Amino acid sequence: MSRILAFSASLAAIAAPLAASAQDLAVTNATLATGDGSEPIEGATVLVQGGKVVAAGVGIAVPAGVETVDGTGKWVTPGIFAAVSDMGLWDVQAVGDSNDLSADKSPFNASLDVVPALNPANEHIAVSREGGVTRASVTPFPGNAIFAGQGALIDLGADAALVDKPRAFQLVVLGEGGAREAGGSRMAAHVTLRNALREAKALAGASASAERASDALLTHADAAALAPVLSGEQALYVHVERASDIRAVLALKSEFPALKLVLIGASEGWMVASEIAASGVPVLTMPLRDLPEQFEVLGATQSNVGRMVKAGVKVGIGLFAGDNQPRRATEQAGNLVALTKLPGASGLTWAQAFAAITSIPAEISGMGGKEGVLAPGAVGDVVIWDGDPLELSSAPDAVYIDGVKQPFDSHQARLRERYKDLDRTYLPKAYAW
Amino acid sequence: MRMTSQIGRLSSALALTLALTLAPGAQAKKKDKDAEASHEVPYASTYKAYPGRPTALVGATLYDGRGGRIDNGTLLFAEGKVVAVGASDLAIPEGYDRIDGTGKFVTPGVIDAHSHLGDYASPGVDANSDGNEATAPTTPDVWAEHSVWPQDPGFSRALANGGVTSLLILPGSANLMGGRSVMLKNVPAITVQQMKFPGAPYSLKMACGENPKRVYGSRGMKPSTRMGNFAVNRQTWIDAKAYMEGDHEKRDLAKETLEGVLKGEILVQNHCYRAEEMALVLDMAKEAGYKVTTFHHAVESYKIADMLREADVCSAVWADWYGFKMEAYDGIPENAALIAKEGACVVIHSDDQNGIQRLNQAAAKAQASGRRMGIDIPDAQVISWFTYNAAKAAGISDQTGSLEEGKMADVVLWNGDPLSVYTRPEKVWVDGAMLFDATNPRMRPVSDFELGQPGEGDVK
Repeated sequence: MSRILAFSASLAAIAAPLAASAQDLAVTNATLATGDGSEPIEGATVLVQGGKVVAAGVGIAVPAGVETVDGTGKWVTPGIFAAVSDMGLWDVQAVGDSNDLSADKSPFNASLDVVPALNPANEHIAVSREGGVTRASVTPFPGNAIFAGQGALIDLGADAALVDKPRAFQLVVLGEGGAREAGGSRMAAHVTLRNALREAKALAGASASAERASDALLTHADAAALAPVLSGEQALYVHVERASDIRAVLALKSEFPALKLVLIGASEGWMVASEIAASGVPVLTMPLRDLPEQFEVLGATQSNVGRMVKAGVKVGIGLFAGDNQPRRATEQAGNLVALTKLPGASGLTWAQAFAAITSIPAEISGMGGKEGVLAPGAVGDVVIWDGDPLELSSAPDAVYIDGVKQPFDSHQARLRERYKDLDRTYLPKAYAW
Repeated sequence: MRMTSQIGRLSSALALTLALTLAPGAQAKKKDKDAEASHEVPYASTYKAYPGRPTALVGATLYDGRGGRIDNGTLLFAEGKVVAVGASDLAIPEGYDRIDGTGKFVTPGVIDAHSHLGDYASPGVDANSDGNEATAPTTPDVWAEHSVWPQDPGFSRALANGGVTSLLILPGSANLMGGRSVMLKNVPAITVQQMKFPGAPYSLKMACGENPKRVYGSRGMKPSTRMGNFAVNRQTWIDAKAYMEGDHEKRDLAKETLEGVLKGEILVQNHCYRAEEMALVLDMAKEAGYKVTTFHHAVESYKIADMLREADVCSAVWADWYGFKMEAYDGIPENAALIAKEGACVVIHSDDQNGIQRLNQAAAKAQASGRRMGIDIPDAQVISWFTYNAAKAAGISDQTGSLEEGKMADVVLWNGDPLSVYTRPEKVWVDGAMLFDATNPRMRPVSDFELGQPGEGDVK
């Protein structure tokens, strides 16, 4: 008897994850782009069970009981990964009290952490989710120091559990912005950075009761926050644009070998692409910058991404802040494909461009194989599009995060519904809700 | 305001918004001398079309900019003008260069009805910040053309990537009355007069809402409220009317501009986001006796599209900007489609040195947002949002904005469907002169500023 019971119990344990649940889903007969840089496949199936991708490809059997969506005429992809965004940190940019992006009057900088400021009910998260964005990194912006503080990785699921990984990276600005924060010169920014890392090192190596040096510039909290940067446990995102500034960042590796660097911006990356490639440092950039808006971006060109990728640099699209909305990631990737038809320009193939907004930013963010890709074991973030996801006319029909179907509801959606006609014959519009 | 410096560095899009919508801008230069007190037009256009060759564009899908579409169409232009628009059977006269546009598309030159190129030039350093004379709440005496730096590299990007052949340069929105605009042909030039669109009317830039009241309220000045905005405007119109009816013995540059508006010679381009403010402005225009031509950034036009149709006012809008300031909180991507559905005039504008490179793409996005809520606007009509309607909004639709016999030969040959993300301009003509050719690296303008700098002449 007991043996039979034990056997049944173990069978139940095996069967349980396979039983149909709210986090199970199959999309069949769709055009599949897995996000890993491979070409789209037609007539494919994606199977998600228990909130994870089980299989994606052709010839996949869908177990009985799994909710199945007919993907005929549709595209199915992983969710977009919006790297280096400001989602959840402000309601209205220009309304200061609604905006937690930077803390320019705080005595703290590197120790600032976006997590307690993040608001899962934020409108921009809802709008981005409707645009097919399912994962993101969120960064603070520099206030009054070269260190902006620590960013987090989030999912955009319509629930309270926003944070996937807190304190995933530290952001520091060098170049023109860093010069301004540090006291008026790139020289000062570089001294400030090195001094901060040395203070962090001294603090990390000292006993809890030890006095810090009398000329310490960092608060205890800031110095402590930089210890994981120094050890390479936490990535250091460095915002620089100019070719010479990029070189100066790459040179940091010889002084601080454990640093896990990510270049942010790098508008002139194409001019030093082989050096970036040799360093193995990845890049997150705005791909369509092509104007010398500052002196540090005189060489800006839309061919920057294509040239860097050609040289072997790992490049993701990012910096979705302010009016650069995360839902525009797809059109930015599409524009890089457009460049392949333009004589003299460097762009990306469709598959490369799609990877640049899915798997590659996920990999750079430390979520390689888990996010931004439809592969066994990855999160069940699935977007069903009504056409080519990079095309301007396309949009998601449905978005799933961790296998859960997401609502398409937002302030914007409700305004659209209210004003689809202007009829006020019987009641004011205020009653249409 | 607190975010301006750092985010600006990290996000160019945001930097621009802040520059144009939050920052008051630097002091404008003092004018050297008054305009001559004569009927001669001061600072007259010296623009002359560059020589072109009689050209026949054949085989392409042709959008005329006014809702017409001809598959396998033929466009003839010569001596700067459109000679004929027709189907494949249109005879090509002798001496015409024949360009095969099979698989490609032809539209009128793209027009941006809201640009600050030259006035907020790249690089965006303080020394180049010349778009807001934010020293008094009404400055109808200043003229945007006196701030234009023709070497702004933004002009060449707008041409090469956006197919932009004409653009309306407006003063910023710090002031209730920001000054006169200038309409430019997008031709590389040494002087602004060489770019001035011949015969284009002037416009007065006005601004509702947050910006003027914030800029002046923060200095303890009037206006500090929206009601203050209206009070200052109304008194200014009353004073202008008195000037108009007076002896003009002592010239007043500010009132000359306003008199031009009251006489219907100068158009009004009114930055205004919210529905109730647009409605109030329409009444103010009635009260003062002028007409609003276009509301710019009109993110809430969809709430009063019927009223705007009746008033014959265009809405110049973005595809999807929202939320960056309080008065943009109700912006929705369906705005343009909802305005069009009511039969009101839609213009897709940029207000942005990056957005001006992709007005066609913005229009396509706005069209798609409409389609998803059941509003199906044909491609040919969407093309008019950044061609003919923009020309109408700027008062130049008799000269350009559509491909019709006798109009300026401002033409873009696109390497695919202009409403696709995968498409770019292949060739651009301004008054029949080819000024950009993607297939010829030498046919790409390089401004003085970029000469000898990293990336000079790059594809950009």
